[in-house]
Amino acid sequence: MKTATPGRGSSTERRGSFTTISGRPINELYTPADIASLDYARDLGNPGDFPYTRGIHTNGYHGKLWTMRQFAGFGTPEETNQRYKQLLKAGGTGLSVAFDLPTLMGRDPDHELSLGEVGKCGVNVTSLADMETLFDGIDLGSITTSMTINSPASMIFAMYLVVAEKQGVAWESLSGTIQNDILKEFIAQKEYIYPPRQSMRLITDVFTFCAERVPRWNTISISGYHIREAGATAAQELAFTLRDGIEYVQYGVDAGLDVDAFAPRLSFFFNSHSDFFEEIAKYRAARRIWAHVMRDRFKAKNPRSWQLRFHTQTAGVSLTAQQPYNNVVRTALQAMAGVLGGTQSLHTNSLDEALALPTEEAATLALRTQQIIAHETGVANVVDPLGGSYFVEKLTSDLEEEALACFDTIDRMGGMVPAIENGYPQREIAESAYKFQQAVEQRDKIIVGVNEFASVENGPIGILYIDETTADRQLAKLNRLRQTRHDGRVRAALDALSEGARGAANTMPLLVEAVRAYATIGEMCDALRHVWGEYEETPII
Amino acid sequence: MQKIRVIIAKPGLDGHDRGAKVIARALRDAGMEVIYTGLRQTPEQIVSAALQEDADAIGLSILSGAHMHICPRVMELLREKGLSDVLVVVGGIIPDVDIPKLNAIGIKGIFLPGTPMQEIVDFIRGNTRSRVGI
Repeated sequence: MKTATPGRGSSTERRGSFTTISGRPINELYTPADIASLDYARDLGNPGDFPYTRGIHTNGYHGKLWTMRQFAGFGTPEETNQRYKQLLKAGGTGLSVAFDLPTLMGRDPDHELSLGEVGKCGVNVTSLADMETLFDGIDLGSITTSMTINSPASMIFAMYLVVAEKQGVAWESLSGTIQNDILKEFIAQKEYIYPPRQSMRLITDVFTFCAERVPRWNTISISGYHIREAGATAAQELAFTLRDGIEYVQYGVDAGLDVDAFAPRLSFFFNSHSDFFEEIAKYRAARRIWAHVMRDRFKAKNPRSWQLRFHTQTAGVSLTAQQPYNNVVRTALQAMAGVLGGTQSLHTNSLDEALALPTEEAATLALRTQQIIAHETGVANVVDPLGGSYFVEKLTSDLEEEALACFDTIDRMGGMVPAIENGYPQREIAESAYKFQQAVEQRDKIIVGVNEFASVENGPIGILYIDETTADRQLAKLNRLRQTRHDGRVRAALDALSEGARGAANTMPLLVEAVRAYATIGEMCDALRHVWGEYEETPII
Repeated sequence: MQKIRVIIAKPGLDGHDRGAKVIARALRDAGMEVIYTGLRQTPEQIVSAALQEDADAIGLSILSGAHMHICPRVMELLREKGLSDVLVVVGGIIPDVDIPKLNAIGIKGIFLPGTPMQEIVDFIRGNTRSRVGI
């Protein structure tokens, strides 16, 4: 076949080089020569066929659209419960809980480090009582809930299970996700409590517990989102996330689990950044890599173990405080990339999130963005519409190759836990973040409204202010709880938890018992802190 | 000429340290002596680091909304320790209405998302006490 060759005597170019937002050089044209080594059946396959490059479902979004899952939470459980009811009424199809920093760090509102943080970045949940309020009037049997919680994931999950129990919903029928991904906390988001190895045990305990008791629950959402937000390139996001996935599977197998007993419940979570085609290629590469990892490296037999399912969130870091309405456009394009990449669920950011948590109006507009993509653009009519594009296929293969090289580096370090202990991914990401910032300063990378097309009149927009009485209200409830619950039962449950942590018992049933007694999140986390200690990182700049 | 000494600190429970680390590197590349405290520092720890390190400036990175609790405490402790001449700047997500309040307690530089690194470098250079010839 005769093909055009790149660099054909064109006139002057706009720039010295063309690169993706990750700094990847891009040719002006891609041709069949770029994908000559690809074999359709072996490397792509039809949707629903190994290695799932084109998608895990044979009919794409014909059967079911992606879940429109808007991450939300602020202030008290009462306020957030109202926001959930509004989102469900507006046509949202799943809930996604954002917790505040004290909850994420396993601290009660009366701890000194909680000063000024209660209810600010998400909803404060201190005990089962708050969880009951959070889901008041929402049937846990008929919705799916995603909870962004990591170090204290087991504690919050135990609370959710007990709320279901009180609503009369069987655990076997519950469906949803806990993020429960501690490795990316050490790498990027830094909301860790315990040292890595003890943290990994909590996670394998959840794998084991759910395989037996909550079989439809997604036990982990292995997340590249935060890695990307911290400054990683697309290839680093892909590589570190999937290598984290390998680490979790290895720990599960080492804990004595059959790989097919827990692997089908693993899920992933990726960022959708602004470089349209690079993102689409990233999702496609992720599916292909994971299929091979699970089949070839771990010898999984169940095709469900080979299939990478993922949630996508548009890139928070791309939102600008300047000219905030531009963010609606950025988010729409990023969301489109997630859909073209075959995401199973999607969160679209709100236009005001570089300034504060979103207002109700902004959150509704973000949801409408997804609905327009789903119902007006026609992109959901066909599976993997970019499959076969010379450019997208080449990018997919290049990203795969880079990720596999990174796996080798980390394997040589002895795995992701040792790599983290050596600060390897942390350093790589910090380096990329600094390079990107320099590119922005030098206007190698243009951010509309920030380093180009800036205007003085930014037009103030109304933002959400978190009421400073949130902390007082949560403290008052905590004090009432401490007076009304059965102290002996709380103490016994916490002692049993510490004892279990010293030995090899599964921590999940012990946590469920502590939750039933209305032990607080701070008390449960402290019971483990006393046994396992706390992690402190060596700061790297 | 002695280098300007800057403490970059992340107070509060938040772990999002991309901004703090990028700024720390930019200041270092601009020739300053940078001490990055790491995460989850209390106001007491930050001020004590400033004292021990003989800092000319403190940069606080706060994205969580806790700034109206943390900043006044840092300023109060600096006064108590006789360190009122240390320049304090804040970077992060700060709603417009809080900016005059932070200025009023003596925080001179407040840098929101999208601020060029060079602007922060220049601000710190222009507002720290000179170490030469006084």
